[in-house]
Amino acid sequence: MSNDNQLLALAEKVVADARGGEQVEAFVSQSRRTTAKVRRGEVESIEQATSAGIGIRVVVDGRQGFAYAGSLDPDAVASALADARDNAIFATPDEANGLAHPDGVTPVDLPGPDDALAAIATDRRVELARAVERAALATDRRITGMRSADWSDVLATSAVATSTGIRVTDSASFWSAMADVLATDGDEVQEAYGVRVGRTLAHLDVEGAGTEAAEKALALLGATQPESRRVTVVLDPHVAGSFLALIGATMVGDTVLKGRSPFADRVGEAIAAPLVTLADDPTDASSPAAGRHDGEGLATRRNTLIGAGVLQGFLHSTWSGRKAGLASTASAVRDYASTPHAGTQGLALATGDLTLEQILEQVGDGIWVQSVSGLHSGTNTVSGDFSVGVTGRAIRSGALAEPIREATIASTLQRMLLDVVAVGSERVWLPGGTGSAALAIEGVSLSGK
Amino acid sequence: MIDKDVLERTLSRALHNGGDFAEVFAEDRVNSSARLEDGRIEELTSGRDRGAGVRVIVGEATGYAHTTDLTEDGLRSAAEVAAAAARGGGGVRDVALERRPVTPAPIAVRPEDVAKADKVELLRRGESAARAGGSSIKQVMVSVANNRRRILVANSDGLLAEDDATRTRFMVQCVAAGDTGMQTGHEIVSATRGWELFDDRSPESIGEEAARRALLKLAARPAPSGSLPVVIAAGIGGVLFHEACGHGLEADLVDKDASVFAGRMGQQVASPLVTLVDDGTPLGEWGHLAIDDEGHPSMRNVLIDGGVLTGYMWDHIRAGKHARGPSGNGRRQTYRHLPMVRMTNTYLLAGEGDPEDLIASTPRGVYVKQLTGGQVNTATGDFVFGMGESYLIEDGRITEPLRESNLIGNGPDVLRTIDAVAGDLEMAGGGGMCGKDGQSVPVGVGQPTLRVPAMTIGGTAS
Repeated sequence: MSNDNQLLALAEKVVADARGGEQVEAFVSQSRRTTAKVRRGEVESIEQATSAGIGIRVVVDGRQGFAYAGSLDPDAVASALADARDNAIFATPDEANGLAHPDGVTPVDLPGPDDALAAIATDRRVELARAVERAALATDRRITGMRSADWSDVLATSAVATSTGIRVTDSASFWSAMADVLATDGDEVQEAYGVRVGRTLAHLDVEGAGTEAAEKALALLGATQPESRRVTVVLDPHVAGSFLALIGATMVGDTVLKGRSPFADRVGEAIAAPLVTLADDPTDASSPAAGRHDGEGLATRRNTLIGAGVLQGFLHSTWSGRKAGLASTASAVRDYASTPHAGTQGLALATGDLTLEQILEQVGDGIWVQSVSGLHSGTNTVSGDFSVGVTGRAIRSGALAEPIREATIASTLQRMLLDVVAVGSERVWLPGGTGSAALAIEGVSLSGK
Repeated sequence: MIDKDVLERTLSRALHNGGDFAEVFAEDRVNSSARLEDGRIEELTSGRDRGAGVRVIVGEATGYAHTTDLTEDGLRSAAEVAAAAARGGGGVRDVALERRPVTPAPIAVRPEDVAKADKVELLRRGESAARAGGSSIKQVMVSVANNRRRILVANSDGLLAEDDATRTRFMVQCVAAGDTGMQTGHEIVSATRGWELFDDRSPESIGEEAARRALLKLAARPAPSGSLPVVIAAGIGGVLFHEACGHGLEADLVDKDASVFAGRMGQQVASPLVTLVDDGTPLGEWGHLAIDDEGHPSMRNVLIDGGVLTGYMWDHIRAGKHARGPSGNGRRQTYRHLPMVRMTNTYLLAGEGDPEDLIASTPRGVYVKQLTGGQVNTATGDFVFGMGESYLIEDGRITEPLRESNLIGNGPDVLRTIDAVAGDLEMAGGGGMCGKDGQSVPVGVGQPTLRVPAMTIGGTAS
């Protein structure tokens, strides 16, 4: 696409200004997000958010400086380059600093942005948001309202060029449909949300967002506070995915090297139940987060973090790889306003062989966790301690029973991985791109009455 | 930022399809930050984001588009995209703008005038103080960030207002290691101020506090699991009200019946000890605003008075729909976002009595000194917040430190049952960022020491 080439040309122009002894990297991105929100069948808002910016990194004598501009105007770009140079002066030299070099890995062949999605008309967007709302409201007469029913589509393009020979572009499209639904019974109101994501207009299931939200809100009507005790919990794939994201964040190079990971020094050890295999795989075309290159312009690859319970390794950017004496795993993540750092791009939990019904049967008595709250304030990814608010249902004699609320579950991320007793067979893609499945975990503290 | 006649023509253009209201919001934000980690100045970054968004409202529908091109052509294109939502009506309406006087918060020492070498020195001072905590302190991260945000709001009601706000934030995070594994401690100081912030709060004191917390947690025992009385310390404890009822008093959620406080105006919703305000006016506070992001002056709004619900917080659209004045709570993260109802500085007014007596009269419970943020479901009122620093209360005395965990409660229940409020109102020195529907804005909180007779503590100890 010509837009890719324009962005790459701009990045190359910046890089061409590199002085002797200087490495320069330019990351340029442009995106368009359009959101249609409806309420009671009428348009509530239509927002078109276009964004373009450039981030410039300069490394000279092992010192790194960075600056960005939220605009591609030549003046703004020139001033970002000057600021990046100036910022480098004050940084501490570090021999691991430096830009990526082309490493010969061929990028995976992924379909580009969906032309149909790129050309979608506003009326169609509104119609899709209405379909989300209609599906939710049609579920049950106790669905009395919506906090929101939205359709969003995004078209994003980026380019990276470096004075070390990187020249790449990426573009992608994706859509999401979201419903936040209110269920009412007498004085009681319960709220839940549902979401669907995809990369092309050919694969649409927007109604699923509405019905999922409605069913979750209905399931909570009449919820009460459970007794405090130690239980086996079964995590909904969305909840499991939130925990996987936290666990993934402890397995990235920067965190490990800075002594902030409970899993540092444990490569080769069994840190999880043998049922657990977790990879970061942005090359999987079915993932909503699939991409051809990382934030430093290296071809993405599949990196196994946990293989049958054994810690295989960590994710690295160029800096963290060098620091650890390893190569980058092409795991640099960034936006134009930030420097690249190692991160997860497409976490995927290998699915197990039990359906949800079979998991409930195996568990017998426990708690089905439908949603969590306070995940970030309640989890310490350094110590691994977590304590989060939950809603869901009791599991009695292998089946879902009465709804619960105003309770928390607590354990540590380390114990949680070891205490996995079942992994669901159904793969669910979450909006951030994590491929998740239901997880059953024993020995978790439930706090309630 | 943009000439008045250009704004007037843009607003007229935005209404050419019809439309009840049009607005231009322009923003020029300069960010700068520096980070020290592991003894190294790892990163100095700086950047600038500048652009304008045009909003057009017709009936219940809003159209919004934005641009980084602040010329008349750029603004007109954005106005036309936004106006596409407003179909029907027709005709051009003339808009005459009248500039409103605004006094931006005074800044004594502009962060952009501080030499980078001096910023770096500040980081080193914070680090040395934290390292002085002893050899158990294994990692120290220190960061300082400041931004200057200039905004302009012009709308078809004739309003034209501009502001220029500067915020500064300093944070130290420590990792300590001991027999029980690793623990973390942090301290944040943030204000709508410039470098004069450090006259009142030295980088050393911030570093020492972060180290103290990390070391304390090495010796902490698991928090209890189950229901106990909870005493929440003055200051950052105000997060309790932000979560327990603040969000539920935002008029957009009330209007959608997504709040347990909908339809309760004039009713007793809290203990008579509770008088809660949201107040954007105090200078220097993290949530201070001279004007909100819709151009309305910030105000002191009494939300709950002696336990009686007396007010919600409003943005321009909802205030108009309810034929009442604005409350100064229309905020947005950047020019790329639509405004919505947001809190500013939310705090509970002081009661009477000594915080120590309050602890002494609690036979067994938990004393929470630092909160790490929370989340609420406004429809049910159920909320959680993280206890960053907390202790057991045994026989009316503060005893052992506890490991981190969440507290969970129900907003209306907690408000009704608060049974003691001391006289020691304090604002939190380190306000946080509040997220709502994907937008994040700085908010301040405060409260005096208070007690809730029963809340569920999400620990692991039986």
